Formats: sequence, structure tokens, C-alpha cells
Amino acid sequence: MTTSIEAGPAVTAGPAPSPASSAPRPRLTQRGRTRLEIGILAGPALIVFVTFVILPVVLAAYYSLFNWNGNGPLERFIGIDNYVRALSDPVFQHAIANNFAILGLSLLIQGPLAIGVALLLNRKLRGRTFFRALIFVPYVLAEVIAGLAFKLILSPRGGINGFLESVGLGDLAQPWLGNPDVAFGVMFVILTWKYLGFAILLMLAGLQGVPQELSEAAAIDGASWWQTQWRITLPLIGPTIRIWMFLSIIGSLQLFDMVWVTTKGGPVGATQTMAVYMLQNGQGAPGYGSAVAVILFTISLVIAVIFQRAAIRRDLAGALTTTGGR
Amino acid sequence: MTTVETRRAAGPGYRRPDADAPPRRRRYIDWSQPFVYLVALVAGAVAIGPVAYVWISGFRTTADLNADPAGWPNPWSIDNYVRVLTSERFWGNFFASSLVAFGTTLGVIVLGVAAAFVIARYNFRGREAMYALFAAGLMFPVTVAALPLSIMLRNFELHGTFIGLIIPQIGFALPTTIIILVPFLRAIPNELEEAAAIDGAGRLSFFWRIALPLAVPGLVTVGVLAFVGSWNAYLLPLLILGAGGMPQDFWTLPLGTQQFSAQYSVDTGAVLAYTSLAMLPAIAFFTLAERRIVGGLTGAVKG
Repeated sequence: MTTSIEAGPAVTAGPAPSPASSAPRPRLTQRGRTRLEIGILAGPALIVFVTFVILPVVLAAYYSLFNWNGNGPLERFIGIDNYVRALSDPVFQHAIANNFAILGLSLLIQGPLAIGVALLLNRKLRGRTFFRALIFVPYVLAEVIAGLAFKLILSPRGGINGFLESVGLGDLAQPWLGNPDVAFGVMFVILTWKYLGFAILLMLAGLQGVPQELSEAAAIDGASWWQTQWRITLPLIGPTIRIWMFLSIIGSLQLFDMVWVTTKGGPVGATQTMAVYMLQNGQGAPGYGSAVAVILFTISLVIAVIFQRAAIRRDLAGALTTTGGR
Repeated sequence: MTTVETRRAAGPGYRRPDADAPPRRRRYIDWSQPFVYLVALVAGAVAIGPVAYVWISGFRTTADLNADPAGWPNPWSIDNYVRVLTSERFWGNFFASSLVAFGTTLGVIVLGVAAAFVIARYNFRGREAMYALFAAGLMFPVTVAALPLSIMLRNFELHGTFIGLIIPQIGFALPTTIIILVPFLRAIPNELEEAAAIDGAGRLSFFWRIALPLAVPGLVTVGVLAFVGSWNAYLLPLLILGAGGMPQDFWTLPLGTQQFSAQYSVDTGAVLAYTSLAMLPAIAFFTLAERRIVGGLTGAVKG
């Protein structure tokens, strides 16, 4: 009890003192001046942010309750009909399923792959900077440009099919993005290509924070390389892994650019995602599109909150820092 | 068992590195070194392969490409690249991307650092709320706001204009910017502000003359992130420039490249060249600013 009372003021006392308080000006003017400064400095950012970020999201929630084509007045209030219609549309259901499939596959395949490569590359390696730059190239490209590149490579008369034919595997050649049986898998491969480098770099950055002394100590105690990674390094980069998971989850749920330029959700909805569905069905009908947007937002938010409660909050307790206290 | 013990024992040692460092003894057989290089090579080749295919194939004529899509250029022809580089359209796209990216970056730095300064160094009611408001913006994706935003811009008569694209992009870049800058500005010691106050400087001139120069590294990081974000953006340009009636020669590069590839899909060589050239600025910019980008992206993890 006493410790917590003592700790409270001791912590806040540091940054609290306001340096200008000794100025001889009258109090009220001083306060008015401060308010003016706050207004001038923070005002423009607040206005832009509220008008162009918050307001549209609020408007989306409002529009979603109307049957509206975007031009006339908002008159035909239809309650939750748009939501009912969207959630009972098999195409949209399939889109939601696709988003979750990409989410699951990303966590199960990209995560371990990225950690594995990062563990291997986290050693003295000639030309490490160069490899790092190469691995990062897919991530810096615009998703659209990368998508267009893959469209060229995977088209029926593209590089992959040409290569297959030239090595005698012409039977395997097919319209990779046009065949409903393989399009989803191909899409996931493209996404992995695009985002694995980022995951690897993130993990490498996390590994830099693991003190060398720990693995040295483990080596002295006779632990093998794998034991050291499994028991010491992995638990220590837990926070990095969880942050990556979080970014990956959000990215998977909001996937748009790549799908839009390569397949537009086709063939036959095989690569449909929520955001693509929203734009396809919402441009002429902002009421309906907004309902889809709100569903997308709600799903992302709920999953983000659950994930933060379950995983990220543990990091605040900090594996290493609490051992001293306990 | 032993590893657990080791971790316990090493824990405090990590936190207080002032203790005498143990002698470095790290000598185990490095049988895996060739394997590591193999993994690095494979990962690098996979990452660069598709990009290289597009660049190299851009040197082939369309007829050649149609005959064998996977072949090597024979002979190398710079025709496609010359055609793209002498087209007004490519440079128009490039100009539009640059204008929008610079506008967004400048705007987000100016608005972001001012707001971050208020949150970091003023004591007032509602400060926490202001920070929470901006932080919540991280959860507001462009996708959700896109449709109402384009309707709103139509009402403001900003639809189809550069400024109508730049301002919302500034808004969406503000949360990251402010979250990165607040700790930077908060870390400036109070003594500096007190000294400035004794010398008669108000808080505004403290901001302008002392805080701002000290925050330059942070400004560069957020600037790079905003620039890359804007350069690669697609959905907002699609809805604001594309659907808003801006002539396609002045669409941003991602949008313009997509349009070009749709219009000239038969001329595969030209599409390959256009796509390759559209990749170059991002890669060039990345090589110049690699540290900053990686630092900015991973900064959240270390915090």
C-alpha cells in the first residue's frame, strides 16, 4: 500500500512543473494565451482529422440505414435492411470466409516461415545488408504495381506458363488467376511474396534486441543452437511476433488493392474479399456500400480488441521485467 | 532444466550491463553456415525474381514475347522503355504522384508536429482525450471511410482535384505521425524549456527554435512513412482522382499504370516497361531512406 502511494507522486512530479509560471503576467491573460496557443497549434490537425477521417466513418454508419443511390436526398430510411441483405448474400459470405482464410493462412504459414528465416539470417553473414535490401523489395513496391507484375507473369501467355512449356511441363500450364480451383491459392502465394520480407525484417529487428549474453550463457551450459532458439530467443521476441500478428490480421481483413488489380474478386468469387465486394456493390449505392463498410469495420475492431486483450496486454507485464519484482 | 536456470540468472545481468562482461567464448562448430547462405540466396532470389522478370522482359519486343513469354531478350531492345519514357502520360503520372506525395508529406509534418507538441508539452484538460482520439484513428481504415469521403468531397467540389486527395491523405497519416512524434517531443528535457523561458522565450518560440530542430530525426521518419504511404496509395486516388474526372494523364502512378495496362493489354512489351519504370522510384527512394523506413516500421516494437 505505502509503496504505491509513494510511487504515485514521485512519478508525476518529474514532468509536471510548468516553467513559465514565474512570469509576471496576470494569470488570466496567461491562461488565455495558452489556450490560444493550443488552438493555433492543434486546431488545424484536429479539424482535418475529424472532418476527413472521423466524420466519414460516422457518416458511413448513418448512410447505411438508408436506401440511397448517392444523388437525391436521404429519404428512404430502411433500418437494418442493408445489413440483413449483405449478411445473407452468399457472395459476401464467401468474401468474409476468404478474408478469414487469408488471415489464418498468413498466421500459420507466413509467421513460422518468417521466424525461421530471420533466425537463420540473424548471424554474422557476409552481405547481410544486401540480402536485407533484396528481401525488402516486394514490400516497398506499391501493392498495385506488384499485382500488375504478377498479372503479367501469371497470365495465360505469361512467364510462368512459358517456363513450364519450355521445360516440358506444358500440361501444368493454365490461367493461374482465371481458374477458380487455383486462384485463391495463387493469390495467397502472391500475398506471401509481398509481405514475407516485411515480417522477416520485423523479426530481425526483434532479434537484435535479444542480448547476446543470454545465448552465450546457454551455450556454456551446453544448450544446442535449436534449444537456445526455442527456449530463449523465441520467448524473448514474443512482443515482436504479436505485433506482427496484429498487423497481419488487420491487413488480411482489409485486403483490397492486390485483389482489385489482379482478379477483381474473380473468377466466380474465388478471391472475393469484403473490401472488394464493398466497392463493387457500393459505388452506385452508397447506402448499401456503407453497411458493408460498417460490417468490415466492426469485424476488424472486434478482432483487434480481442487480440489486444488476449495477447498484447501481456507484453505490458513484460516477461523479463517482472522476474526481478517477483 | 539448465536453460531455465540460465534465463533466471541472466535476467538481471541483462538489465544491469554495468557488471563486468564475461569473457566472450562462443565457439561451436558452424556446420550450418553454408545452409544459411543457401537460405539467404533463395529468399533473395524469390523476392527479386518477379521484379527482375518484368524488368528484363521489358527489353523484349511484343512479337518476341508472344512467341516465347519466358525467353531471354534476343536481341535486347530498348524500344519499349524509350516509348514509355518519351510519353507525356508516364511523366504526367510521375508528376501527379510526386505532387501528391510531397503535398501529403509536407502537410502531415506541419500539422502533425504542431499537434504532437501540444500533446507532449502542454498541461490542459482534454490532453489525454486528444491523444486517444488520434490514436483511435489507427483503427479507422481508409476502406471504411472511402465511400462517404468521396461523396463529401463532391459536395465540397474537391472531387477530382489534387487538393481533394492530399487533405484526406494528411488526415489518415496523422495518427501514426502523432504517435511517433509525441515521445520525441516529450523527451526534450524540461531544463531546456525553463532556460528558454528565463531568456524570455515564450512557448511558441521554444517550439520553433528549440523543439523543432531537436525533433528533426523524428520528422524525417514520419515524413518518409507518409511519402511512401502516399506514393503507393491506390484506393483513395481511385475514388478521388479516377472517379472524380481528373484526366488520366494526371493520375498517380499506381492508378495510371493500371489504366495503361488495361488499355494496352495487347502491347505486352509496353505494359512491362511501364510497370518496370513505375517500380523504380519506390525502389530508388527505399535505397536512399532504408534506415528510416525500417526504423519507422519497427519503432513501435521497440517502444
